[in-house]
Amino acid sequence: MKVIFDCPQALSDVTTHYCPGCTHGIIHRLVAEAIDELGILERTVGVASVGCSVLAYDYLECDWQQAAHGRAPAVATGIKRALPDGIVFTYQGDGDLASIGTAEIIHAANRGEAITVIYVNNTNYGMTGGQMAPTTLIGQVTTTSPGGRDVKEAGYPLRMAEMLATLEGVNYLARVAVNSPANIMKAKRAIKQAFRVQVEDDGFALVEVLSTCPTNWRLDPVEALQWVEDNMIPYYPLGEFKVSGEVK
Amino acid sequence: MKQEVIVAGFGGQGVLLLGQVLAYAGMVEGKEVSWLPSYGPEMRGGTANCTVVLSDTEIGSPVVSQPSCVIALNLPSMEKFEPMLKPGGLLIINSSLIEKKAERDDIEVVKVAATEIANELGSGRVANMVALGAFVQQTGAVDFATLEEALKEVLPQRRHDLIPLNLQAIQRGAVEAE
Amino acid sequence: MRGDKVLMVGNEAIGEAAIRAGCQLYFAYPITPQSELPQLLARRMPEEGRVFLQAESEVAAINMVYGAAGAGSRVMTSSSSPGISLKQEGISYIAGAELPCVIVNIVRGGPGLGGIQPAQSDYFQATKGGGHGDYRLIVLAPASVQEMVDLTALAFDLADKYRNPVMILGDGVLGQMMEPVEFGDIKPEIPSKPWATTGRKGRDRNVVNSLYLDPNKLEEHNWHLQAKYRKIEEEEIRFDTFNLDDAQLIIVAYGISARIARTAIEMARADGIAAGLLRPITLFPFPTGAIAQAAEKARAFLSLELSAGQMVEDVRLAVNGKRPVHFYGRTGGIIPTPQEVYGEIKKIAGEEVAK
Repeated sequence: MKVIFDCPQALSDVTTHYCPGCTHGIIHRLVAEAIDELGILERTVGVASVGCSVLAYDYLECDWQQAAHGRAPAVATGIKRALPDGIVFTYQGDGDLASIGTAEIIHAANRGEAITVIYVNNTNYGMTGGQMAPTTLIGQVTTTSPGGRDVKEAGYPLRMAEMLATLEGVNYLARVAVNSPANIMKAKRAIKQAFRVQVEDDGFALVEVLSTCPTNWRLDPVEALQWVEDNMIPYYPLGEFKVSGEVK
Repeated sequence: MKQEVIVAGFGGQGVLLLGQVLAYAGMVEGKEVSWLPSYGPEMRGGTANCTVVLSDTEIGSPVVSQPSCVIALNLPSMEKFEPMLKPGGLLIINSSLIEKKAERDDIEVVKVAATEIANELGSGRVANMVALGAFVQQTGAVDFATLEEALKEVLPQRRHDLIPLNLQAIQRGAVEAE
Repeated sequence: MRGDKVLMVGNEAIGEAAIRAGCQLYFAYPITPQSELPQLLARRMPEEGRVFLQAESEVAAINMVYGAAGAGSRVMTSSSSPGISLKQEGISYIAGAELPCVIVNIVRGGPGLGGIQPAQSDYFQATKGGGHGDYRLIVLAPASVQEMVDLTALAFDLADKYRNPVMILGDGVLGQMMEPVEFGDIKPEIPSKPWATTGRKGRDRNVVNSLYLDPNKLEEHNWHLQAKYRKIEEEEIRFDTFNLDDAQLIIVAYGISARIARTAIEMARADGIAAGLLRPITLFPFPTGAIAQAAEKARAFLSLELSAGQMVEDVRLAVNGKRPVHFYGRTGGIIPTPQEVYGEIKKIAGEEVAK
């Protein structure tokens, strides 16, 4: 009998701590599949960040370093400079990358650091109890924006993909979502491409993944997937924002 | 033997270099040496100074509050450091730029027209070496022969063509101080 | 004779020693008064086929150190006081994850932006942890440019031996002054690092981490760290003495202060006052035992610091009430003159004799 669907080798055979309906699990799997398909597990080092994905090192079978809040791109830079033949990726949430770690991500991208960044945007600080993030949508209610995000007070949701795409150092940049099978297939291609850029072109690649947070959004899992479609994608459009000439 | 020397002047007069040549020469002769610059905003065009200690025994403090010699290449430097000199200490004055007389009578004062002599030699920039020559002549702190070796070490390779001019300046300073 | 001596400023001596000690990567951000070090390494590291990277911030620099150390490389960063404050988060993570690295602090006056002139007011920060959590750095305090070379080489070896960050605590004078140095034979002792994240080929995966969500595991980890620090206290204390044996008044001073103390002690001896010096070379581990032993014979102690009084607390703990412990310090970048210190010695000697 032919096996047509199996657990990726790079994915650990454990139960995750993620909430029911959270799409971190799907994104982990897509990363694992990319690592498997490119055959890079034995030279890959992941950098886990602070937030819900802080325990990512328990779920993927590669080597890992756990980084301080926002600092994953700097840690990844240190690893990559020490191990030029290694494949180094960070896995960061929106609080981590778009708030406390904006300096690190901008400068790593601008240097064209040969790393892959998986940036998971679920519009809030999930781990600490659903507080407002820089990515929280206008009017969105969170535990620290109880009246809804007011742009006069808190400014506008940050579109990191668009911002980073302006940097010369970036080789590949896309925004994807994992709220439907079709979008998951596209996300898979983008994530694999982001790793391939590092393997083949030695460049900086980032994929922003729109993800759900049913617990803090106070929605059931299916409603949360729909919320991504109805509210996030209109503000955070999907697509490839930069594919430099060097990317094959 | 212990020499504690403060060299001071305008930024750009080569006071740090003078100190380095002296320290290097001391090291070449097997002495204990230290060279301590002032640093900070005053480096950018203001006054500069450095402290050089040459000693036959281990050097304690590289920071000197009672120098045995002050080499003052401009007036503010003389005004600042003359009062610190040890009684009986040596004050070398660049008389080209300093008309004022030394105030103390318990020190030895040597006047050298360092800037004028340097200009005569073709480059005002070697006034520092004229002063160094005067210092070495007065104190015998190091041998003149060692200064050439020190210049080779301190000046970058691309400036080695200037060594003969620097040596000439040292010699003129020595003659003036005799 | 001159031998293989070269005249170098302290900051550059550290850089050259680091290269000879096998430092493969250096990450830093410019700050006075240590900028000669990144300037030297910007040129020298590429010459040696190694990595120099000017980071976007102090915070990024220390986290790059974390990454490279976790990947098993010898790595260094350097800064001065305000920059070291910014690095504290990263240093805590490095200590928690037990990563070996060398951190150079060429101390300047504080608090806040303070000034750029020499100080020793980061003693507490360096020796008591500095960042959050129960951890210690090994702290080495050179007092000459030659010691900056020797202790840099030692720092890398100790970092690897104990899997612990090592701080070289200098000051603006040591960083900026020139003295003759010899590099001799620096033979790095680099152990194998089976824990490093080099890619899992041929082994199980490695995780570099300081997170222990289970309180029992975190407590276990903390006791493990403490046991390591006790071992460091047993094995790595280093100090130097000058005229200590018959000293009635012992000055405890490190770094540039110890150099000034030495000259003041020479003055005191010339006047028949039996002063001596105990100079800690390791500030953590602190030479508590040596000071306690000296307290059996000496009549008084004086802690001399370029601070408002920090190390004096450790001296008092070591003396443990047996003898009076005096303090003299200058701050803000002012360096006491040997005469000034000698005045203090005379004052204390007078008081103690009067008793």
